[in-house]
Amino acid sequence: MPETLTKFIFGRLTLESLPLHEPILVATFVVVALGGFALLGAITYFKLWGYLWREWFTSVDHKKIGIMYMVLGLVMLLRGFSDAIMMRLQQAIAFNGSEGYLNAHHYDQIFTAHGVIMIFFVAMPFVTGLMNFVVPLQIGARDVSFPFLNNFSFWMTVGGAILVMASLFVGEFARTGWLAYPPLSGINYSPDVGVDYYIWALQVAGVGTTLSGINLICTIIKMRAPGMTMMRMPVFTWTSLCTNVLIVASFPVLTAVLTLLALDRYVGTNFFTNDFGGNPMMYVNLIWIWGHPEVYILILPLFGVFSEVTSTFSGKRLFGYTSMVYATVVITILSYLVWLHHFFTMGSGASVNSFFGITTMIISIPTGAKMFNWLFTMYRGRIRFELPMMWTVAFMLTFVVGGMTGVLLAVPPADFVLHNSLFLIAHFHNVIIGGVLFGLFAGIAYWWPKAFGFRLDPFWGKVSFWCWVLGFWFAFMPLYILGLMGVTRRMRVFDDPSLQIWFVIAAFGAVLIVCGIAAFLVQIFVSIRKRAELVDVTGDPWDGRTLEWSTSSPPPAYNFAFTPVIRDNDAWFDMKRAGYRRPLSGFRPIHMPKNTGTGVILAIFSVALGFGLIWYMWWLAALSFVCLIATAIGHTFNYHRDFDIPAAEVAQTEEARTALLSAQGARA
Amino acid sequence: MASTAITAGAEPVFHLEEEHAHAEGGSTMLGFWLYLMSDCLIFAMLFAAFGVLGGNYAAGPAPKDLFDLGLVAVNTTMLLLSSITYGFAMLTMDKGRVGATQGWLAVTMLFGLTFLSIELYEFAHMIHEGATPQRSAFLSSFFTLVGTHGLHVTFGIVWMVTLMVQVARHGFIEANRRRLMCLSMFWHFLDVVWIGVFTFVYLMGTLR
Repeated sequence: MPETLTKFIFGRLTLESLPLHEPILVATFVVVALGGFALLGAITYFKLWGYLWREWFTSVDHKKIGIMYMVLGLVMLLRGFSDAIMMRLQQAIAFNGSEGYLNAHHYDQIFTAHGVIMIFFVAMPFVTGLMNFVVPLQIGARDVSFPFLNNFSFWMTVGGAILVMASLFVGEFARTGWLAYPPLSGINYSPDVGVDYYIWALQVAGVGTTLSGINLICTIIKMRAPGMTMMRMPVFTWTSLCTNVLIVASFPVLTAVLTLLALDRYVGTNFFTNDFGGNPMMYVNLIWIWGHPEVYILILPLFGVFSEVTSTFSGKRLFGYTSMVYATVVITILSYLVWLHHFFTMGSGASVNSFFGITTMIISIPTGAKMFNWLFTMYRGRIRFELPMMWTVAFMLTFVVGGMTGVLLAVPPADFVLHNSLFLIAHFHNVIIGGVLFGLFAGIAYWWPKAFGFRLDPFWGKVSFWCWVLGFWFAFMPLYILGLMGVTRRMRVFDDPSLQIWFVIAAFGAVLIVCGIAAFLVQIFVSIRKRAELVDVTGDPWDGRTLEWSTSSPPPAYNFAFTPVIRDNDAWFDMKRAGYRRPLSGFRPIHMPKNTGTGVILAIFSVALGFGLIWYMWWLAALSFVCLIATAIGHTFNYHRDFDIPAAEVAQTEEARTALLSAQGARA
Repeated sequence: MASTAITAGAEPVFHLEEEHAHAEGGSTMLGFWLYLMSDCLIFAMLFAAFGVLGGNYAAGPAPKDLFDLGLVAVNTTMLLLSSITYGFAMLTMDKGRVGATQGWLAVTMLFGLTFLSIELYEFAHMIHEGATPQRSAFLSSFFTLVGTHGLHVTFGIVWMVTLMVQVARHGFIEANRRRLMCLSMFWHFLDVVWIGVFTFVYLMGTLR
């Protein structure tokens, strides 16, 4: 009887589920637990819980939510990168009969977790955070269309991240590779909880991503300041719009396909099994119909960042604005017509493969057009090599190589040789690190002063820059060579000793990247310490061109005291040129949304629901589902979600800024 | 206002004097349309799965052995009627007649519940005959597609009850009118999806 009771309460969760036999995990757990306790203790000691809850966790301010997304991305980057360095070390030493230091069970989880975390919980939060912070400011809006939904979306993303992190210490993660292809991810070959963690973490986070996509589309379509026509939107806003269209048009596909996989595993249906008429290749097709747009979801906003940065630091209007917009839209559409290039080897025949090969190659045309637009923007510009511009130049040099190897892989016969080889791994790291990550660092360095009112320290930024760029080239060029020699991905040990030197070089590159990440953290720390020195009271430290630079840094809760009117693409540059003077009187009350804790509560129930489903604790799943629905319905009974910031308070905030500006002798 | 600001003469206008409030809920309809399209994609995937797997009977029962078109026709009628009555609810809402709207919503809900009952009866009957979702890929995709639609109808009914309570409490305030409009779109959307299910799964399935 007690045994059935235990089984009822804990499902398949037992003491054996805790990975006490894995010394690496135990050590990690101890470090994380100590660090976690120290952090929680510090928050309690300094009595910060109330502040965090009121000012951040429950905030519906798009700027604060954006910053929280960035923090999430940074924390998860540390986790995802630990996985990377472990793999590099394993592959560098597992030669000449050595088994390395990771067993197969653990190693397979690491490469899966690395991919999942880097895409879903590093790149996505970073990109979403940047869009959240910047887009409303660029279009002269007070907030996004649905501020509560924005908060909820963020916490669902956190919920997904929590489930992935939980798998490290309670049970295990999937050992299937980051897309969990069946039949390997089916219940017969993966009967443990790993794939279930994968499914429910992505489902929870996916809800957040889809909703934030809808939110930002509405914001860009509906909330632009008067005068800002579609073709006067800043390029970053344009690329954000296209990205969010891609999100809304692709994440439901992921939701559907993971639901089908879950049904196969939980109910015993036969969608992707080898028996009873199931079709595993359908999974591969469906997941890449999401997966290919996903890579453009990641890169498009960064193309926007590079456009803003190039134009600002060249002191010129962006070259070819219209072609830039159309190139972005063409990439958006084409990204749906290329998914099959991820599995030319499926055997769909020459005609189908040719079609997808050609569409893939066509994508390089609009992308190339962008590259030339940036070059022509720089041509005859007065280029200032500040950090964001350095990242942009590094991107242009690095990304072109990644693009060319991509076109090479788009040739089906070549792909038959290179499929699943380290050449592919080198290619996509080339575009994701060289494109997405470099772009994020450019964007962070560019908008940091807007978010916090002081610049980032340039010295440590340059240290981080050189470590990252050199580290990338050292870490991935050897993989191109290994891939051309036929080495496949996801190998734990190697037989041929002549390959080892390349893996050692790659590991050296990874160590350089560690230094890059460390220098980035030091940069943030040092900048906060030296914030008085690095301060910017003008709100426009780079001589910017778009609307976000017209308000103070950090912007007030309401962003703009008066709704701006736009006359030109580079709205702020136009305002400065035409002798804009900050309004000093006549302030009105401003209507703003109220904070709410509902998003946090809903996300907590979602995590509990996921955890119950993963461990077969059906009572927990049912209970948290009921609570989830009840809380959501209860929230709709609250009709008082807004308040007015009184005119006096607006006036006070603006006067404080006027005083600061005149103290600096800057333009009032 | 915007256009005058741009073309104004000597003194350029850079901001609006009056507070430029975006109408409360002004983005809601667009947002809800986008949500519906994202939901539509989920159905598209389930239709695609049915398209690929719908003929894989694995030596089990085929649509001809399972589907009772008469029953499905009755069921379809229930759902179509519920769409019409929801339309009446919206028309009476425009006239501001709270009681009539509540009445039509109740009728809509009744049709919805009938639809669900018939669907559950059909499922139970099939499972009883051994045509379970586990039996073949065809049945897996059939139950998932039709079941997902049924789940949506269930949520629609829960939502309808919630809205009836809210209308009873606050009447036709702006927020409630907007919510009724969203549910209306949701309900008609489910109707459209069902037309697809009826044609693609039942009629064409029987022809296979």
